[in-house]
Amino acid sequence: MNLVVNGEPRTLDVEARTLLVHALRDGLGLTGAHIGCDTSQCGACTILLDGRAVKSCTLLTVQAEGTEVTTIEGLARDGELHPVQRAFIEHHGLQCGFCTPGMILTAVDLLERHSDPDDETIRRSLRGNLCRCTGYHGIVEAIRAAAGERNGTS
Amino acid sequence: MIPAEVEYVRAGSLEDALDALADPEAKVLAGGQSLVSVLKLRLVRPRLLVDIGGLELRGVELRDGELRIGALTVWDELVEASELRRPALAAIPECAAGVGDLQVRNRGTVGGSLAHADPASDLPALTIALGASFVLRSPEGERAVPAEDFFQGPFLTALLPQELLTEIVVPPPPAGSGSAYESIEHPASGFALAGAGALVLPDGTRSVGVTGVSGHPFRLDSPDEAEAILAGVDVFGDHFASAEYRRRLAEVTVRRALARAEQRREEDERWTA
Repeated sequence: MNLVVNGEPRTLDVEARTLLVHALRDGLGLTGAHIGCDTSQCGACTILLDGRAVKSCTLLTVQAEGTEVTTIEGLARDGELHPVQRAFIEHHGLQCGFCTPGMILTAVDLLERHSDPDDETIRRSLRGNLCRCTGYHGIVEAIRAAAGERNGTS
Repeated sequence: MIPAEVEYVRAGSLEDALDALADPEAKVLAGGQSLVSVLKLRLVRPRLLVDIGGLELRGVELRDGELRIGALTVWDELVEASELRRPALAAIPECAAGVGDLQVRNRGTVGGSLAHADPASDLPALTIALGASFVLRSPEGERAVPAEDFFQGPFLTALLPQELLTEIVVPPPPAGSGSAYESIEHPASGFALAGAGALVLPDGTRSVGVTGVSGHPFRLDSPDEAEAILAGVDVFGDHFASAEYRRRLAEVTVRRALARAEQRREEDERWTA
């Protein structure tokens, strides 16, 4: 099957039952998609599929035929971190870091549709991403700051 | 967790999909947000997955005086659809916004969820209240089944083995109607402990569907007597919520949904004027 991963066309030879998260990690070495709960609860395996956040543990690889996948490894451009990645560093949006790729990719999707989300919208959008360090405050602040930077209001 | 070995076919057309479903051990795969989870748990072990994800069954439109929602429309599209801004239909995006989480709403399909028929799912109650019907396609042709007859038990519907849900048809309520959906969720799973969808027509006629409390969602025949009717329902209880507590929650959601639907009637009158 064929798909585009982080801008590069890739061909994968997978069984029908292979989950996308396993194809990304074991097949392509993209270990940024983490396997946390493996039951579609925690969001650590979140990737962008055609620009929208989805959980790669709840998707068969064959379902991604012909799509464009972005993992955390593909978010930086020309050696420059994505603004949401920078904001997570500056605003202490991570502690142990396990949930971070999923948090960031969900935030990227959120900011694509809401240019200036309020805290409630941010928190509601993160419902499918769990941080076991309970570092939500810094995460929300980072996302708000990234939105602000984009709008030139911070 | 890895699903058991399974064959896979991607349907190129509705006819292809129906042909493939002639296999009695085939299962339809749409967005996968319910099915992939149960495949991983090996609660379901089909021989063949028929992926209908590429079919043109997506979108919300007003056609022939009816609101038509393609079975492969994802939750997020319902949240955003301009056809559903009217206060008389506001319950639909309201209900969709409460389903799962952002990732699930990006990927999960309305038809997949309805066909899965989780007894605690939200939308079924609302489809019953709105008098929606579901279009089912088989090699023999097409039939329309009213929502209240579609849901028959936990994960059990009127769908025949070689039949696909293709469209949800909602009769648009007359100007000056209001609708609302209310649920009280389990805080971890997000599924409804009890939920109610309500529609109030300009002449005061009220229509209510209830979910989460028994084997399948049902119509509340006379909403004025909600308490008495619910007292006679065989309500499900577990360690999260006893039957008695769930029955009480159902009464509360019915009352709240009706009150908000009532409020929206005036808004709808202004909207449609």
